[in-house]
Amino acid sequence: MSTALLAGEPLVAVRNLHVDFSSATGVTQAVRGVSFAIGREKLGIVGESGSGKSVTGRALMGLLPGSARVRADVLRFGTTDILHASEREMRGLRGGRIGLILQDPKYSLNPVVTAGAQIAEALRAHSRLGRREARDAAMALLESVQIRDPRRVHDAYPHELSGGMGQRVMIAMMLAPNPELLIADEPTSALDASVQAEILRLIEELVDSRGMALMLISHDLPLVSRFCDRVAVMYAGQVMEELPAADLHRATHAYTRGLLECLPSLSEKRERLATLRRDPAWLAPRS
Amino acid sequence: MIDIRDLDVRFAANHVLRGVSFRVAPGETFGLVGESGSGKSTVLRAVAGLVTEWTGRIAVDGKPLGGKRDRAFYRLVQMVFQDPYGSLHPRQTVDRILSEPLAVHGFTDADARIPRALEEVALPRAARFRYPHQLSGGQRQRVAIARALIADPRVLLLDEPTSALDVSVQAEVLNLLADLRAARGLTCILVSHNLAVVAHLCGRLAVMQGGRIVEELDEASLRAGRAAHPHTRDLIRLSRDLEEA
Ligand SMILES: Nc1ncnc2c1ncn2[C@@H]1O[C@H](COP(=O)(O)OP(=O)(O)O)[C@@H](O)[C@H]1O
Ligand SMILES: Nc1ncnc2c1ncn2[C@@H]1O[C@H](COP(=O)(O)OP(=O)(O)O)[C@@H](O)[C@H]1O
Ligand SMILES: [Mg+2]
Ligand SMILES: [Mg+2]
Repeated sequence: MSTALLAGEPLVAVRNLHVDFSSATGVTQAVRGVSFAIGREKLGIVGESGSGKSVTGRALMGLLPGSARVRADVLRFGTTDILHASEREMRGLRGGRIGLILQDPKYSLNPVVTAGAQIAEALRAHSRLGRREARDAAMALLESVQIRDPRRVHDAYPHELSGGMGQRVMIAMMLAPNPELLIADEPTSALDASVQAEILRLIEELVDSRGMALMLISHDLPLVSRFCDRVAVMYAGQVMEELPAADLHRATHAYTRGLLECLPSLSEKRERLATLRRDPAWLAPRS
Repeated sequence: MIDIRDLDVRFAANHVLRGVSFRVAPGETFGLVGESGSGKSTVLRAVAGLVTEWTGRIAVDGKPLGGKRDRAFYRLVQMVFQDPYGSLHPRQTVDRILSEPLAVHGFTDADARIPRALEEVALPRAARFRYPHQLSGGQRQRVAIARALIADPRVLLLDEPTSALDVSVQAEVLNLLADLRAARGLTCILVSHNLAVVAHLCGRLAVMQGGRIVEELDEASLRAGRAAHPHTRDLIRLSRDLEEA
């Protein structure tokens, strides 16, 4: 089943992805024809809330609820066709070859299990380690996410950790099975600026040193462009434009420009902030 | 308009504010920045009477305040929180939410004031009979601002009023706050972790760390990076780093 990825093929391929949610009040087209590829690189997905960023990430992990209808010409991770994969194959991807980091570690960590035990558990789920070895490996992972006193954090319960520390533990847990792709969905939106930068720098370093791919989902355009190689800008379920992060200031789409222009600036004074004028034409199907 | 001196707050063993002092002139908007946990919200909550155990001096409009606040105080001072969802009652319509402060302060012209308040914050008339969950995040924050302003306060305490909003909506809310401030001559304290937001609205600001004010500076110094304290310089560097990316 699992043949090797051909040379030059990206790790992730998404072509013409659609996700609809049906409910009593009608159908929400959350994702409408999104296409992108990710190699060993950092792709940022940005856009306002509700634009379909999280649903796109979840579709890739096969984590959407039953009410979602997912269609795509291609939805592939490695050589796995996600639309037709068995539940067993998908479990192998989730928490195995794909790691997911969410906004609030409080919801992702088990509140009654110590940080160290949770990491050890994640390790043992993917390799045959003894208790002792798992404990040592967990400690090593805590060190790798630059926790200064790994011993204390190892024995701490999630509520005893600050937001930034909880997020580090979450990252350590995701690293346990040595994933090839990290999906980080608003990983720092609950943290303040200085911790935010530390966590993103950590993610950047780990991704680079381990040769992982990263999909960084965020509503924060400047932040994403600072930490990614390429940026896809989403609006109402579609990608409006995709561009190298370094070229963000040269973005051509009026939506991207609008998002950048309505930011207050520290370096220059703006009497009045520009507001976003939403062009109905942005809603038209693009592909 | 606001005079805070040697404000000290402890929650059990946690010494949260350690001798905080600053003054805000009438019509001025004063910023408070600093990392989370540094005590910014606690300062606002002590002024608003939501934290009652404090020592030091808090005076508003020349009147020193005690632990308890009376009705007259809330006519003078109102507060807007970060999360408009959490701060609006989910089972009350906008009409009901806006009527309450009017009733409390003995206004009898609710039918004239509510449409005017909605117009002032640029909400459609139809929003009056909706529930919070039927509004977008930006619209909810407009309702929270309308509620704070409906009984004509002179002081507005803003705690991260745009942190939960998309930047597009943030721009609208910041413009709205600037307009309302100019139209009504409001005195404001704005808490935010975003230096660009603070520079946009505030003429002066204080930087907090570990329950203390480590530095006070004006907008021009902030923009030019003329800061003396290392913590302030760190915050400025981070903010610039992102802007230049
Ligand atoms: N489980 C769900 N059921 C119904 N609608 C959903 C569900 N999850 C997301 N949506 C809708 O899909 C759209 C995209 O959501 P999402 O991907 O979460 O946006 P964001 O870009 O903020 O991450 C939104 O309109 C949202 O309301
Ligand atoms: N009601 C409370 N009881 C106990 N501790 C509190 C309470 N409110 C705030 N704190 C603590 O006070 C400190 C400062 O909090 P806060 O003023 O909210 O900071 P900021 O707004 O700068 O993030 C934090 O350590 C916080 O945990
Ligand atoms: Mg999302
Ligand atoms: Mg706060």
